[in-house]
Amino acid sequence: MTAVATHTWFMIGRQIRNLLRQPIWIAMLLIQPMVWLILYGQLFSRVPQLRAGAGSYVEFLAPGVVVMNAFFSATWSGMSMIEDLDRSVIDRFLATPVSRVSIVLSQIVRTGLTAVIQAAVILLVGLGLGVRVHAGALGWLTVFVAAALLAAAFGGVSHGLALILRREESMIGVANFVGLPLMFLSSILIAQRTMPHWMEVASRFNPVNWGVIAARNAVVVGGDWGSTGAHLGYLLAVTAATAAFATWALRRYQRTI
Amino acid sequence: MDAIVAEGLRKRYGEVQALDGVGFSVRQGEIFGLLGPNGAGKSTTIRVLATLTVPDEGRALVAGHDVVHEPNAVRRAFGYVPQDSGVDRNATGRENLLLQGRIQGMRGRPLRSRADRLLELVGIADAADRIVLHYSGGMKRRLDIALGLVHEPRVLYLDEPTTGLDPEVRASMWEEVRRLAEQEHLTILLTTHYLEEADALAQRVAIVSRGTVVVEGRPEELKRRLEGDAVQLELADRDLAAARAVLERAGAREEALLEGRTLVARVDNGGHALPGLLAALDAAGVAVASVAVSRPSLDDVYLHYTGRDFETEDRAGT
Repeated sequence: MTAVATHTWFMIGRQIRNLLRQPIWIAMLLIQPMVWLILYGQLFSRVPQLRAGAGSYVEFLAPGVVVMNAFFSATWSGMSMIEDLDRSVIDRFLATPVSRVSIVLSQIVRTGLTAVIQAAVILLVGLGLGVRVHAGALGWLTVFVAAALLAAAFGGVSHGLALILRREESMIGVANFVGLPLMFLSSILIAQRTMPHWMEVASRFNPVNWGVIAARNAVVVGGDWGSTGAHLGYLLAVTAATAAFATWALRRYQRTI
Repeated sequence: MDAIVAEGLRKRYGEVQALDGVGFSVRQGEIFGLLGPNGAGKSTTIRVLATLTVPDEGRALVAGHDVVHEPNAVRRAFGYVPQDSGVDRNATGRENLLLQGRIQGMRGRPLRSRADRLLELVGIADAADRIVLHYSGGMKRRLDIALGLVHEPRVLYLDEPTTGLDPEVRASMWEEVRRLAEQEHLTILLTTHYLEEADALAQRVAIVSRGTVVVEGRPEELKRRLEGDAVQLELADRDLAAARAVLERAGAREEALLEGRTLVARVDNGGHALPGLLAALDAAGVAVASVAVSRPSLDDVYLHYTGRDFETEDRAGT
């Protein structure tokens, strides 16, 4: 167990350092959420029924954008695994006694951490645009946990698929196929009750939407802890399942080489 | 005790029988070469010994530990320099080394001084804190080797160590490998499809062809066993029967027929025998398009034991 933890820590160190060396990546990390927030905020601000009782559409939107970012970055996070596979970095690791679990676990944790940083940026920009986090400090924490869990959950899927598909083109295909439908089958942009009935039903089974509900409870509603806790619990279960999937995919990769 | 023992290794990928009973042993402290054309099964053999690939059948011991049943003990005993560099190109040389050392269980000052020493040893100390992306091919290869050595393994695997390098760089790498073997008291297992590399570096070689070891021994010994020089006769017409009759009368031993028209035969003292041989062929009415005589090389050893031409197989395997 300690080997898993220390090796995961070393691996996360490597990934974060490599990301911080890419100025474009940092710029996109910070700018992209603001673009969503401002763009969508302006686009839909004149349609009052969308925001479901929030003080402003931006306030309604901010937790949604947090979740959308976490979800999208996580969907693409497996690309770094494909690069490591292509460059034989994974094989070099596998030829050492390094903990196998740490190779995927570090990627999943890294995806979660990135989502938290983005969530903080979005909420801070949101404050400037008049957003209030109604549940206070605990609300901020809830948003961070929701973002981290959702990103970790889809990070597990993305890395598992990367280990199975091993091709960037295939990953792009799958990410696009899954990404946009899951986004529109959620209340990221519009209130759940304004959706067509079948979409509303479908959205109840969408992990992306669970993240939105938890984050929006914290920001807009300022409470409803029962629902928030339940949805975070579902996300935790999904994260555990997808992490297991990614670990299985690594073992499968080892068997096929 | 032998540093590496492989017995009857078999591995199948779908339709391809990559290993078909590979077996050989490497003694403590020697440089051993697995020589063979592309696709012969050398890299798969190394990957089995590196615990990356699990064989379907057979058994392998590295430093006395079984690769399938005690993989972590094996992983601490060997260093692996893969064919395609496994370095992290977005990190510096030193960062690569420190991470590699940490996942091998090293920490703190011993690790830092080991990294310094290795960077010095492989000659990239000046570039230690530069991002690997900006390294030349030779520098990257040197870093690969340093990564394989960080945990002071007893055995080092070099999979095609000089493929893709310039000829001058290749020669200096050979020098380096010999020096490392001595300074670090290493047993080295290298794979190569360059005959001259095996000849220059390896104290013993195993020639691998189509997933099996066809012969194992010291390069000089293998060449000596061939007895005589190789004479290659390219016939203008495919008048094989007449040519064979002449060769037999001259005491030449036929070894192979390449592309249906080139006869390869062994003759004692080929340079001397050639004029008489050509005159006899002429007298028998056999038209010769070209002729070549060569001292035995590992190329000939390959031809002798497999009946196939090394270069042709090498091209077919890529």
